[in-house]
Amino acid sequence: MSDPVGILAYAGYVPYRRLRRSAIAAVLGGAAGRGTRAVASYDEDTTTMAAEAARAALRARPSDVGSVVFCSSFPPYADRTNATALHAVLGLPEHVRAEDQCGSVRSAVGALIGALHRPGGALVAIADTRTGPAGSADESGGGDGAAAFVVGRGDVLAEVLGTGAATSEFLDRWRAPGEPWAQTWEERFGEEIYAGLAERATDRALQAAGLEAAHVDHWAVTGLSPRAARRFTQGLGLAEGVLVDDLSDRMGFAGAAHPGLLLAAMLDDARPGDTLAVTVLADGADTLLLRATDAIARARRPEPIAAQLAAGDASLSYASFLTWKGELQRPAPRRPSPDRAVAPAAFRGTGWKYGFVGSTCEKCGTRHLPPQRVCLSCHSVDTMREEQMADEQARIATYTIDHLAYSPAPPTIGVVLDIDGGGRFSCELTDCDPETVHVGQRVRFTFRRVSDAGGIHNYFWKARPIVEGTAP
Amino acid sequence: MSSHGIKDRVAIVGMGCTRFAEHWDKSADDLIVDAVTETLDSAGVGRDAIDAYWLGTLTSGYSGMMLSSALKLDYKPVTRVENFCASGSEAFRNACYAVASGAYDVVMAVGVEKLKDSGYSGLTRANPPDDGTSLSLSAPARFSLLVPAYAEKYGVPREEIKRAMTRVAYKNHFNGARNSRAQFQQEVSEEKIAGAATVAGDLGVFDCSGVSDGAAAAIIVRAEDAHRYTDHPLYVKALAFAAGPGTGTYDPAYDYTTFEEVVRSARDAYEQAEVSSPADDLMMAEVHDCFTPTELVLMEDLGFSARGRAVADTMSDKYALDGELPVNPDGGLKSFGHPIGASGLRMLYECWLQLRDQAPPERQIKPRGRRYGLTHNLGGGPGECVSFVAIVGADQG
Repeated sequence: MSDPVGILAYAGYVPYRRLRRSAIAAVLGGAAGRGTRAVASYDEDTTTMAAEAARAALRARPSDVGSVVFCSSFPPYADRTNATALHAVLGLPEHVRAEDQCGSVRSAVGALIGALHRPGGALVAIADTRTGPAGSADESGGGDGAAAFVVGRGDVLAEVLGTGAATSEFLDRWRAPGEPWAQTWEERFGEEIYAGLAERATDRALQAAGLEAAHVDHWAVTGLSPRAARRFTQGLGLAEGVLVDDLSDRMGFAGAAHPGLLLAAMLDDARPGDTLAVTVLADGADTLLLRATDAIARARRPEPIAAQLAAGDASLSYASFLTWKGELQRPAPRRPSPDRAVAPAAFRGTGWKYGFVGSTCEKCGTRHLPPQRVCLSCHSVDTMREEQMADEQARIATYTIDHLAYSPAPPTIGVVLDIDGGGRFSCELTDCDPETVHVGQRVRFTFRRVSDAGGIHNYFWKARPIVEGTAP
Repeated sequence: MSSHGIKDRVAIVGMGCTRFAEHWDKSADDLIVDAVTETLDSAGVGRDAIDAYWLGTLTSGYSGMMLSSALKLDYKPVTRVENFCASGSEAFRNACYAVASGAYDVVMAVGVEKLKDSGYSGLTRANPPDDGTSLSLSAPARFSLLVPAYAEKYGVPREEIKRAMTRVAYKNHFNGARNSRAQFQQEVSEEKIAGAATVAGDLGVFDCSGVSDGAAAAIIVRAEDAHRYTDHPLYVKALAFAAGPGTGTYDPAYDYTTFEEVVRSARDAYEQAEVSSPADDLMMAEVHDCFTPTELVLMEDLGFSARGRAVADTMSDKYALDGELPVNPDGGLKSFGHPIGASGLRMLYECWLQLRDQAPPERQIKPRGRRYGLTHNLGGGPGECVSFVAIVGADQG
């Protein structure tokens, strides 16, 4: 009998920043909503968040994958493939195919199911950023986040038992290309249609798996219409404790990434033998049934979704949120705008710029970030080997809070870092309160969008503080 | 070691310097014409006497034609040099070597910069196309990295360093208030300096040098010819330059409390000038106080203060106008302003006045040591810079 098909590794990523829903009401009036929504920082987008999730997933299972798939309803680029950046960040070999399955929220579920049988296994990285007009339900109810799964055949931590789909063409939610926000038809219309679609998709999945709904230990339900998802859930008649928290209070609905985040959260808690279900209502419905294996115990992520949700910073102002989302124009500093990163230099330095690959002198062991041809210590020429530094940790040697540098979120925090395994690197510090920065502080590295110019996203690495009790 | 000095082989016989200011009504060409005209007049010569020119500028123009077209020179050799904020010093150094080599009898070094036409309040320049991975911090932020590192290494509280930074700014404004060519000519209280809006790290607005326009120039001849032009030439005792390997930002051995480039260039200069105890032998020093913590660290790198003692020495007014070793008696970059290419020559201009007893009485330094003046000029930032040190003297020998 051949190896089972399923999930080989996984990780979710919830950005550090949160917006309290009450902060919206404080500005716009109206009822103060409960809880918070997750917000991609000014230096994050769906590529960087997918990269963070993918890095964490691959750390759990450091072996080759046959292909990399990127899914998002808000990809940073049109026309060119976004997954190539992930491919470069992860340092994957050239023969690994990278492709996007972007566009609709449903595309992510399709990508995940479709990747199960790809030769060589696949890494599916899903990320989304969601918002809407100021004060809208989409704005407060949306959320930003990412999840990544290595799927295929082998020593799976969760075996796929069956999938079921139901498809229907109806106008529930739509967004013309280039438009910042979606529009929706009256929600009660979609609710009606979705309820039936989800039931039938679920029946098909249960039938394929030879199970009944009562056999499911943990069930996640999410979708484009919260009303429809609620109605379907009520109809399932699940036992107490089976339906998992849909995280909407704590991080909002992260669009294409949300089913992945819920699945990751279920895997964080699942015991060997547990049966898991995910139902997604998006232009139809999909239900995915899985069973956790014994391997789940050794696949636990050091940063479970719950820990990431607990670690966020909810002090973000609504004005900053709007600024980061491009909805509020603020004056530019009296400094020249950033230059665009040029293609040939970026191509020559792909290993450095995306993979954070420095060079280590074979003669004397000195590490160089960025990579050098001439050793700074022993001056040997071309005696270097490449070394990936992304998972290293470091301490702050000195730092500055720069109120003049060009930034969408001033001040810029500049840090000089001493890396644990040797080497020195100077970069920006992100995801932290400038008041708390200090010499000796522990940090790790994160892939970010440093600037934008000429339509070119300038990606590179920054540092972020290590939160007590977590590890990369 | 590194260089064969040219001590006492060449001399400065004429100098000029525009006021450094926001010259909205003057172009770079105007500033060049003003500085060069004053310089020629001070040496009592016409432009035909000059055999060759060196021009230092960072971004205000390109090639020797920037100077030749401004002055309508008749096919004389003009070399344009650039070495960041030490561009004016570099023009001077190369001009001196041209005379010392015997290639020319009379040469001129000119430095100029027009910063205020950029539309930005800080220094700006075009960067070469790159992969977008270098850390883009403002200049004050880069130099502010010195402060936490210095506090950590020497166990000096940040507040004490800040007080010394404030004293540096206070001193240099005090001196600039006695200088009709300085950009800022008013004393500023320590309270106001310390309470100014934060720019980067522990640096407030008053911890930063002025962004200004200006030009300065010098005429250099063989030492034996100097008295044909003036009774009081300045003899060049030492010229030292060090370009660092630029590894500080990624070398863990670099601790952000020193400029090795300055240490090396100073050592070279002291050897050339046969100065064994700079704090005792020098009458004054003009140093590159681009930001106040820079001046603190320079006091140690130049050997004026023992390591870890710059804060205490500054607080005891060792470097004040009437102190043991006056530093930046003209107001420094801080209050005189910093038009990049002109600054190195502006520093020499202060030596020109002070060592020849021609500074205004309210800031004339009393003779001490060997009537030597030191100028120090650096470009770049902590861990990756170029550094120039010159020593000039009023007497031969």
